[in-house]
Amino acid sequence: MTRSELPALSIAELRPLLCRREVSPREILEALEERINAVDGKIGAYLSRDFDAAAVEAEKADINLPLGGIPVAIKDIINVAGQPCTCASKILRGYRAPYNATAIERLRAAGAIPFGKTNLDEFAMGSSTENSSAQLTRNPWDLSRVPGGSSGGSAAAVAVDAAFGALGTDTGGSIRQPAALSGIVGVKPSYGRVSRYGLTAFASSLDQVGSLTKTVRDSALIMNAIAGPDPCDTTCLNAPVPDYAAELGRGLKDMRLGLPKEYMIEGIDSAVRQAVDAAVKHLSSLGAEIVDVSLPHTDYAISVYYILATAEASANLARFDGVRYGYRAENPTDLLDFYGRTREEGFGAEVKRRIILGTYVLSSGYYDAYYLRAQKVRELIRRDFEQAFAKVDALVSPTSPTPAFKIGEKTSDPLQMYLADIFTNAGNLAGICGISLPCGFARSESGRPLPIGLQFLGKALDEARIFEIAYAYEQSTEWHKARPSLNDQSIVGK
Amino acid sequence: MAGEPDLDVAYVAKLARLNLSAEETRLFQKQLGEVLKYAEKLKEIDVTGVEAAAHGVPIFNVFREDEPRDCFTAQQALSNAPRQANNLFIVPKVVE
Repeated sequence: MTRSELPALSIAELRPLLCRREVSPREILEALEERINAVDGKIGAYLSRDFDAAAVEAEKADINLPLGGIPVAIKDIINVAGQPCTCASKILRGYRAPYNATAIERLRAAGAIPFGKTNLDEFAMGSSTENSSAQLTRNPWDLSRVPGGSSGGSAAAVAVDAAFGALGTDTGGSIRQPAALSGIVGVKPSYGRVSRYGLTAFASSLDQVGSLTKTVRDSALIMNAIAGPDPCDTTCLNAPVPDYAAELGRGLKDMRLGLPKEYMIEGIDSAVRQAVDAAVKHLSSLGAEIVDVSLPHTDYAISVYYILATAEASANLARFDGVRYGYRAENPTDLLDFYGRTREEGFGAEVKRRIILGTYVLSSGYYDAYYLRAQKVRELIRRDFEQAFAKVDALVSPTSPTPAFKIGEKTSDPLQMYLADIFTNAGNLAGICGISLPCGFARSESGRPLPIGLQFLGKALDEARIFEIAYAYEQSTEWHKARPSLNDQSIVGK
Repeated sequence: MAGEPDLDVAYVAKLARLNLSAEETRLFQKQLGEVLKYAEKLKEIDVTGVEAAAHGVPIFNVFREDEPRDCFTAQQALSNAPRQANNLFIVPKVVE
């Protein structure tokens, strides 16, 4: 194994090499740094990295730990002490995290090295990473297309072998959708499975930290490290954490998978539909029983999501007032001018749009009509899933209605962008878990392969089961082995 | 339930302590009007007797021991302050 071959390996492939002393944490880190230096100019996945600090950690890494010596990339909305945490916003430019998120403490306790921060839509608000105030991130499969979002930097880095694994966050699909569009595995744990302490809050009843990796097993390894109760987050559930990786490989015998009829709608790209149909047939051939189910309130999920998520965001982002941290407007005429201009100059367009919408739906006279009604419909959506999971072990669907779209294609039409989350955000509303993994390719008009994602949804705290199903699918197909080629691509246009 | 959305972006921006340019105000008025129109379909549903769900996985009354723990020093808390002096945040004048 030469050094230049190391970045293409999965975490589960690196670990035995480390344990047999065939490679050192330092060599892995150096190989990764070389890979990032070679490709990130084209991709733009990273906002910052600290290889000097990481090298010190690599020297003393305990390789006997489950993730010992493995560098992990972190979405730049999760606090890593001493590193920047900009949320890809101008309002947090220059901010350095004074403490570690619990997920980071847990990764470190498992031996991993959080070495760099990845790009995202500002405050995780978006589905394409185009809302970053810092830079564009390009999809490694087609540089003229988005990597998905909001965890687009994490997804693109893993897809192009510029990260072995990454943490992301998923409020309405922000891990699963970029994983699908970038051809990798993404896991949104159940609400409360992973601590949100140290994650800069966007929508507190929906946000969840999860993993982006090359394989299902790698995600199970990361989940083993980060899941579990935390006294610093009272919404984090006090439930035992099974060994997700050890339980893989039992197969799909006696597994019942539900196919929600509302998810096979008009407007799904034909290549996505074909790939998902083929995947369902394949799951059936592996022994799973496929059952038609109904989630009758599916059509309302996007509306409910954008009312509740923006309402929560408008409250959470009130903390950016120019006093304790972040950007501050100069020479205010009075206090209102100070707040108003600090936030005008610090926030980008999508964040402003959502603060306005969220403030409106919470304002006097509209609260009952929008916010309260949306919470009630949320309850109906939650019951839909409860009833479906009484009949089946998990649900199967496309992750996204289309493959990666062109940079700039949806930026002028927020509603179209919001509809990119149509199959993912109900899962956040219901607090259940989900995983996306590669299940095929569409073709761009110039003939480039564009990855397609398959989603499994499981009931709350049933991560072990969706790992099991995803692993059985992955190990009996070849999709996860495909890698994008950058050599025949250059950046054209904007 | 409200009638047609009557969002007044300029007014809501004041509530949100967020200045907007005339161009942004006009654009958001149009874009968020479309989003709210899309959300009108929530009116179709009968929600009589349905409890409002604040969380997907509701849990209540979480307790922990009331024990002293390490916390930020003043210096750590101030480490990202845009303005500070004498171990304090400097805020704009709020009383004449």
